[in-house]
Amino acid sequence: MSELIIQLSQWLLTLTQGAEPWDSYARYLPRLMDGVWVTLQLVVVSGIVGFLMAIPIALMRISKSPWLWIFPYCYIFFFRGTPLLVQIFLIYYGLSQFESLRNLGWIWTDVLSQPYWCAIIAFSLNTSAYIAELFRGAILAVPKGEVEAAQSLGISRRKQYQHIILPRAFGIILPAYGNEVILMLKGSALASTITLLDLMGATRGAIARTYMSLEFFLLAGLLYLLLTAVLIGFFRLLENWYNAHQHAINMSLEKVDPQLRDKHLEDNVR
Amino acid sequence: MNSNNHHTDTQPTTSATLEVKDLHKRYGQIEVLKGISLTARDGDVISIIGSSGSGKSTFLRCLNLLENPSKGSITLRGESLDLVSNSKGELEARKRHQLERMRARIGFVFQNFNLWPHMTILDNIMLAPTLVKGASKKDSKERAMQLLEKVGLADKAKYYPGNLSGGQQQRIAIARTLAMDPEVLLFDEPTSALDPELVNEVLGVMQGLAEEGRTMLIVTHEMRFARDVSSQVMFLHQGKVEEFGPPSQVFTNPTSERCREFLSSHL
Repeated sequence: MSELIIQLSQWLLTLTQGAEPWDSYARYLPRLMDGVWVTLQLVVVSGIVGFLMAIPIALMRISKSPWLWIFPYCYIFFFRGTPLLVQIFLIYYGLSQFESLRNLGWIWTDVLSQPYWCAIIAFSLNTSAYIAELFRGAILAVPKGEVEAAQSLGISRRKQYQHIILPRAFGIILPAYGNEVILMLKGSALASTITLLDLMGATRGAIARTYMSLEFFLLAGLLYLLLTAVLIGFFRLLENWYNAHQHAINMSLEKVDPQLRDKHLEDNVR
Repeated sequence: MNSNNHHTDTQPTTSATLEVKDLHKRYGQIEVLKGISLTARDGDVISIIGSSGSGKSTFLRCLNLLENPSKGSITLRGESLDLVSNSKGELEARKRHQLERMRARIGFVFQNFNLWPHMTILDNIMLAPTLVKGASKKDSKERAMQLLEKVGLADKAKYYPGNLSGGQQQRIAIARTLAMDPEVLLFDEPTSALDPELVNEVLGVMQGLAEEGRTMLIVTHEMRFARDVSSQVMFLHQGKVEEFGPPSQVFTNPTSERCREFLSSHL
């Protein structure tokens, strides 16, 4: 134990001595920042695409007709039940086995054979399965009475979904969706396994040249933490804005209605 | 009690607003409605009373197919709802469009208000007219503000339902229903979820609607309100109409023993 402490302090000392480690940082930090940018793109693009895909998948999943729910059921089962790494490899290495895909022209050369797009496709598919499952639960959690109110006014099924059920479900899944995006941020490090220079890829590149594995992995960890903090902040703002109706009660009610505030306080003190 | 000749004493010249014939509803083996018929004419205010489990809420919910009846017919101003039997032995609408059109003409007020919490009060009231009737935003906003004025809550237009008390929410729910200009209003125990001190503000709004000459069916436990405001009272017992008549008769001189017992414990 004491040996470890000595070694750790020796390592800390090297950080302060000489210009060599700082040269390496200065040299590779811009590449790491490029990696941060790639990671952000992966997460944001697949976060949005996955979300958009999740809605129809969830709607099919809650259908009572087996013809409709069997596909999303298997889809969700597969993408939740296999490792993300396997999914990435299946797409990046697996697709090239099909000659008909390789003959697709630009779709092959510019998209399907590119690690960047393969990663985005894998992440989108993967996260859409998780988000669809969240949506399914949330749609079923929308109080029945609110839907009946819409029915009783003659609002069509489609518009019930558009104006009542899906907006309500979105409010319900928002915290869990934020969580899913953060999980995906960390999962995105797997993109480095298919030669992509995301934050993890750039870090490994720096270490291969400098042998400073402790330093650069620590730095990468810090940058991932920073990205997570940004995402948490973003989702908190989004939730405060979108679910304003829930927070309305907790806001300083005196601005709204003094009587209401008194009643609210009374109810909560009791 | 014969349920088919309720209106022998009303003028035959006024046509029925809502006519229900021989409505049955069963849940599996249990028949909760055993053939209920009812005719509501323009301006009728019919209170439906009875102990819990008598089927009064189920009856009301069957009228706009929030529950599917197992037998019977529903006619709104001469237009019959086209019903067809499904695999579970329930009746459902043959055409979704007709059901939606009929529902738009039948207002329904719920026990639990069922306002949409993610929308402001104003949006709650404006939504159905814009979606169903294709009213312009401007017109439906104007109409919504009129209705808020009417239920005494014009200053709450920008609030969310969560900001309001139960009584206020129920008045908003009534305004939301009125925004569709329904031909009949159905109230399903509109004051049962309210604190006692909030009941009267809702009953006041409903009394105003009755005085305007609106056709209303009200499932209620408020006996004094039923006696003072309704034109007819229907007493349900175990899924059957046990007593029907003007409140003066039902409340002072009921023919059914069960109705007498019920009233003696509720008045």
